[in-house]
Order: sequence, then structure tokens, then C-alpha cells
Amino acid sequence: MTGALVFEQLLNGLQYGVMLFLMAAGLTLVLGIMNLVNLAHGSLYMIGAYLAVATTQATGSYVAGVAVGFAGTLVVGMAMELVALRPLYGRDHLDQVLVTFGLILFFNELIAIIWGRGSLYTSLPAWLQGHVELFTGSRYPVYRLVVLMVGLAVAVVLWYVVTRTRLGMLIRAGAANRTMVGALGVNIRLLYTVVFGFGAALAGLAGLMAGPIYAVQPGMGELILIQVFVVIVIGGIGSIRGALVGAIIVGVVDTLGRAFLRPVLATVISPTAADAAGPALASMLIYLLMAVVLALKPAGLFQSR
Amino acid sequence: MTRGALFWVVVALMLAALPPIASAFGQPFYIDLVRRMMILAIAATSLNLILGYGGMVSFGHAAYLGLGAYSVGILAFYGITSGWAQWPVAIGASALAALAIGAVSIRTSGIYFIMITLAFTQMLYYLGISLEVFGGDDGMRLRSRSQFSGLIDLGNAVRFYYLCLALMLLTIYVTYRIVNSRFGMVIRAAKSNEARSRAIGFSPYRYRLTAFVIAGAICGLAGALYANHTNYITPGLASWVQSGDLMFMVILGGMASTAGPMIGAFALLIAEEILKGWTEHWQVILGPLLVLSVIFFKRGLAGIFERPHA
Repeated sequence: MTGALVFEQLLNGLQYGVMLFLMAAGLTLVLGIMNLVNLAHGSLYMIGAYLAVATTQATGSYVAGVAVGFAGTLVVGMAMELVALRPLYGRDHLDQVLVTFGLILFFNELIAIIWGRGSLYTSLPAWLQGHVELFTGSRYPVYRLVVLMVGLAVAVVLWYVVTRTRLGMLIRAGAANRTMVGALGVNIRLLYTVVFGFGAALAGLAGLMAGPIYAVQPGMGELILIQVFVVIVIGGIGSIRGALVGAIIVGVVDTLGRAFLRPVLATVISPTAADAAGPALASMLIYLLMAVVLALKPAGLFQSR
Repeated sequence: MTRGALFWVVVALMLAALPPIASAFGQPFYIDLVRRMMILAIAATSLNLILGYGGMVSFGHAAYLGLGAYSVGILAFYGITSGWAQWPVAIGASALAALAIGAVSIRTSGIYFIMITLAFTQMLYYLGISLEVFGGDDGMRLRSRSQFSGLIDLGNAVRFYYLCLALMLLTIYVTYRIVNSRFGMVIRAAKSNEARSRAIGFSPYRYRLTAFVIAGAICGLAGALYANHTNYITPGLASWVQSGDLMFMVILGGMASTAGPMIGAFALLIAEEILKGWTEHWQVILGPLLVLSVIFFKRGLAGIFERPHA
């Protein structure tokens, strides 16, 4: 275990963390402002990935794939909000969970009908392939660095929009007291649709960037969705800052745990026992972390309400 | 005889009559299908105790189904095939896990509770996947069905069927008694008005946790039955899809009603079987159907047969 390897895995963790953040930012806004549990947020991630891969394969242009993936998820997200989620705002969380669960079944199967159940693979354009030498003896994929940069850029833009613009003011006001915002004459329904579409597009962005790194397959959204829940529980519902901090923590802990828990354990207990316990413990790590955070701060690290 | 008692007599007689009829028509498939329905009805009934009566929206009830099944599978793996040992371990392990998960999650409520129960169940799911000794992702074969000193042969499809029927009716009866006891009243009171139940001197946390553990234990039994039913155990049994299915059974049948979860379990599995007969992509139809049933069919199917509790 060299320093370079640790640094590389740390970057991987950060890169995974910003992807979790892109998912968590939209979901935490929807939870905080609309008080809506949307399990189908993972489906939007999947739709973003599929639209991007399919467009890239059809046109041969990676940029076109990114554009279609992003815009397409925005449209699908707004349509989903208008058709299926609007009737749910007044209903309890249980109904929201069940309806969005039904939507997941629908979208996963729809994707399977159109593109099949197998994984899709996509190739990157030449300018995103290759490695950069961070320091001597350490080569890191350009694409992962780009993902990391895009994620951080989105975080900055989001920070600016939420704290410095009129839309952001409405979003914050909506999270604090949505009845009052409505009473002051703001078109709450439109605000909801815009915020939902916005969050959907971010999920789509995460999905289309995930395509070249992870497998593009039906059900891919649910794997990341549950980790995003952990992020939101740790960060606190409705808090963008909490989502960022939670996402980085979860991304880094999960990645480092998977990479190093087994070798570290092997120095303490026998190698065969470490082989068995390492992966099992690594997969449980973020959930244990969540339990600890909850025991200390039941409403998450950055409580917005 | 009251209307409720009559309903249960008819249900018991119909289910009891199924194996001879199915055998007579040479359709043993239906014995298998209804047995699975009854096992999942046990799991759904246990979920109804906390979800329907207690108002705790647990999105992780499949965890105990998986734990119960793996308890049986793992003990069988190490050569302990006696059901007298396996089943109590299955129930005990599930109760213990429910105690740990409940102790953390019941401190929270609303969206947090939903996400946390889901996350912990997912943790157990990944644990199952990472345990290569027990088959990992692919799961493991049950080496032999649970042995009950030759008393009940679970290898005999019909006898196993009647055991499941008896256990399902027992579970529904026990749950009914719990809900209508003093303990059950506290649970229901805490659901309808937590502040008021505090004001009259009950701390809901302990009552809720106890109900959570009881529900987990019963679902562990369902898991032990399921392992013997399929003879094969996979981590998928503890997946979030399974948790969602159990929730749908409760909602479809009718929350906080005695027969609801059973009716819901039967209805959902029958709908699945019918849709599977139509198309390979049955979920693309089932998903929207479930969405519509939640939006427009609030009372559930049991509303047709009985009055729900307040």
C-alpha cells in the first residue's frame, strides 16, 4: 500500500462522492421543499445514462449524447412530476413511496424492453481517454478527473443559484415554509415543477457521466439511490451543503473501505479471515456510519428545518 | 356466527380444500403457488402490525425474511438440520436484528424512518452478497429441508402446505389478539395521536420497539418457511423490491385490517401470475397498476369484507 495508491483511491472516492452529490442535491431539494419521497430519482439517473449511450451510438458524437441525456432527463422529470407526482403532494409518505416504487418497476421494465437486460458499454472520445501523471509513478484517468471537476463546478453553480438568485431565494423560502410562500403569491406549482425538473436533470447528468465508468443496465439507479439516501440521512434533509458533505464522506469512506479494509484487516487477523470479513465489512461501512451519525444527530449533520 | 367468523371459516375451508382438488385435476403447481402466497401472507401480516396499526412505514421488512431464510440455510450448511433448532434461531436472529434496527430507526420518524429502514435492509442484502462461503450473489441450496423428528415431513408438498396454512391462520389470530390487547391499543393510540398518548403517560418508543421486534420475529418465521419452500436461498429475498412487495400486499389488502395483508398477498401474487402468463415484461403493466391502486383505491380490498379499525 503505497502513498500513490492511497491518493488514487482517495480521488476515486471524491469522484464517486461528487456523483452521489449530483443525485443527492436534486433529491434533497425535492424532499425538503415538496416533502415528497421520490424513489424514482434512481430511474432518472438510469434514463440519463441510457439516453446518452443510445445517442452516442446513433450519432457517433459524445457531446450529442451528453446534451440529449441531460435535456431528455429534464423533460422526463418534468413529465413525471406533472403526471404521477402532482396527485401525491397532499398524501402521506407511504403513498408516495408506493407510487414511486411502481414507477421504478415501470421504468426498469421499459428500459429492458427497449434496450434489453444486458449491460451497454460506451466508448469515450479520444480527448477524454488516456491518463494524466499527477506525480511520478501515479497515472490517473482523465475522464474521472473531468467527472470530479464537473461535479465540483455544479456544486459551485448550485451554491450560487441557491444563495444569490431570486429562484434560490424561493427555493430556500419554500423549504422553510411552503404555505407562506404560496400565500405571498408565488406560483408554487410552477416552482415545484421547475425544481423537480432541475433535480431530474442533475440525476441525468450523474447517470450519463456514470455510463463510461459503471455498467449501464436496468436497475442501475436503485444501487446508487440507496447510497444517496444514506447521504441525505447523514447530511440532513433539504440541505444542499449537507448533501455535499454527506456525499463526499460516503463516497470516500465507501471507496477506501472497499480498497483497503481487507489488507488492513489482514495485518491484524489471519489473511483468510480478512478475505472473508473484509468485503462484508466494507459493504456495510457506510450504513454503520449512518447509524453512528443518527445516534449522535438524529436529524443529520446540517439540519435545514 | 358473526360475519367475521364466517369469513374465516370459509377462507380456512377453501384453502384446506385446495390440495385434494388440485391433485384431482393433476395441477400440483397450484399447491406450490398457494403455499408461497400463504408464506408471504405471514410476512405481510407481520408488517401490518407495525405499518398498518403502528404507523411505522418500514421499507425494510424483507430483511427479516432474508435473515430467517439464511438462518435455516446456514445451520443446514453446518449440518444442523433439525427444525427444532433452525426455526427458533431464525425467529431469534430476526428479532435481534429488528431490535438493533428498530432501536436506531424508531428514534426518527417520517421520511427519515423510511430511508433508514431501507438502508439497513440494503446493508444486510450486501452482506449476503459479500458472503462468498454461502454462495454470495448466487445464493445457496438448502442442503435438506428442516427435520421435525419425523413429525412433519416438509418434503411432502401437501403436508407442508397444511403446515403453512395452520401457521398463517395462527399468525393472523395472534396479530389480531395483540392489536386488540392493551399493548395494541397503545400502539394504535401512538399512531393516531402521539402527543395525546404521551400526555396520558405512555412513552411510545418502547411500545413501538416491542411491536417492531414482534413483527421482525414473525417475519423471520416466514423466512424459515420460505427457505424450505424454495429449497434455495438468495440475497434477493432481502432486497428492497421484496420489501416494496410486502408493503404493497398490506396496502392492496387494506391497512390496519385483520384479513387485509392475506388478501393483499393473494391478490398481488395472483396478479403477477396472470401478467406473467401474458408477457415477459409483466412489470411494465404491474407498475402502473400499483400506482393507480394507491391513488384511487385507498381502502384496500379488505374494505369489501370487513370494517377497518380506526
